[in-house]
Amino acid sequence: MQELINIFVKSIFIDNMIFAYFLGMCSYLAVSKTVKTGMGLGLAVTFVLTITVPVNYLLQTRILDKGALTWLDASFSEVDLSFLSFIMFIAVIAAMVQLVEMIVEKFAPALYSALGIFLPLIAVNCSILGGSLFMQERAYQTIGQATAFGFGSGIGWLLAVLAIAAIRERLKYSHVPPALKGLGITFIITGLMGIAFMSFMGIKL
Amino acid sequence: MEKNKSKEALFSKKNRGLLKDPLNINNPITVQVLGICSALAITVKLKPAIVMSLSVIVVMALANVITSLMRNMIPNRIRIIVQLVVVATLVILVDQVLKAFVYDVSKQLSVFVGLIITNCIIMGRIEAFSLGNPPWKSFLDGVGNGVSYGLILIVVSFFRELLGNGTLYDYPVVEKLGLYELGYHNNGMMLLPPMALIVVALIIWWQRSKTPSLIEKD
Repeated sequence: MQELINIFVKSIFIDNMIFAYFLGMCSYLAVSKTVKTGMGLGLAVTFVLTITVPVNYLLQTRILDKGALTWLDASFSEVDLSFLSFIMFIAVIAAMVQLVEMIVEKFAPALYSALGIFLPLIAVNCSILGGSLFMQERAYQTIGQATAFGFGSGIGWLLAVLAIAAIRERLKYSHVPPALKGLGITFIITGLMGIAFMSFMGIKL
Repeated sequence: MEKNKSKEALFSKKNRGLLKDPLNINNPITVQVLGICSALAITVKLKPAIVMSLSVIVVMALANVITSLMRNMIPNRIRIIVQLVVVATLVILVDQVLKAFVYDVSKQLSVFVGLIITNCIIMGRIEAFSLGNPPWKSFLDGVGNGVSYGLILIVVSFFRELLGNGTLYDYPVVEKLGLYELGYHNNGMMLLPPMALIVVALIIWWQRSKTPSLIEKD
């Protein structure tokens, strides 16, 4: 249990998707103009990450890895399908996003219209595929760990988006050099926040 | 388009524009804000940045051509999945080639080769351009955007490697110039991820003050 909490906290603060790896920057920059849209997309990203990372984990360990197919038949022990992982992961993600979209549309129409175009675009958000690829690279032991990692990364992304959106709302009242307005200053602020987040790096979990 | 559309020269003015515009007024990174994720993470050194730019140029040009050839056959509702499959297939090819020929760089790039699939720049150009234009134009657009993406990558990694590590393409420039004896120190800060954001911000600042039409209105 403690191990799961460690992975969870680590993926929020130390390996933060945005401040440590810059994943999902495009939608991060696009939706962070107001806190409300940031919150909506952040929740959707968290949700999709929490589902896709464990699903892709199962796919990886049961089908794609070398010798993973032995549960079907012992003769498959030499089969290595890991070169297919990109296309399988992205297919799972695209399908999951479609599913989430349909569920949200059916049961929470208000949220659906609030998220609008951002929901289908989650499929091409780098942080989702990045989550699955990091899961593959770090070779988590159990599905519980993979889930904790997916959920934690999602929360970390949400946190980053909320923080920058809150700052950008305030930024309207300050005097930024005209050429830096908008994009430029957002980059600099993200950089400064990244430096602040680096102080978590010393923590050993 | 004029009436002699089919006879348009391969490098007509319009087509040259497709190649040139992305370099400045329509730059994918600093103006369209696409493909930031990978641009920042792999710019610590020049070598991975160059390999990454080449991979993106190849994937992008081919993906643009393929989707442009299929543009009249793809049903609108499932177009994102079709695009993802095309791009993912190309990226698998690139990944296998990198693993075979430049294994050490492929290790450094780690997950970022896979992330070319969701690089917004590729999806963005397919959505915005190649789904509505013939193959040759899409090819030029892909190359133009890929090259200008690579340009930013190379500029950023040039400064980060030079100031942070004192080397260029692993060649110890600062040491050869003898600056260390004069008390020069590398700025290790430049190697940290957040500095990439700040270097890009400086590029944006410089570009926008040169081209005032790009400045954002409130």
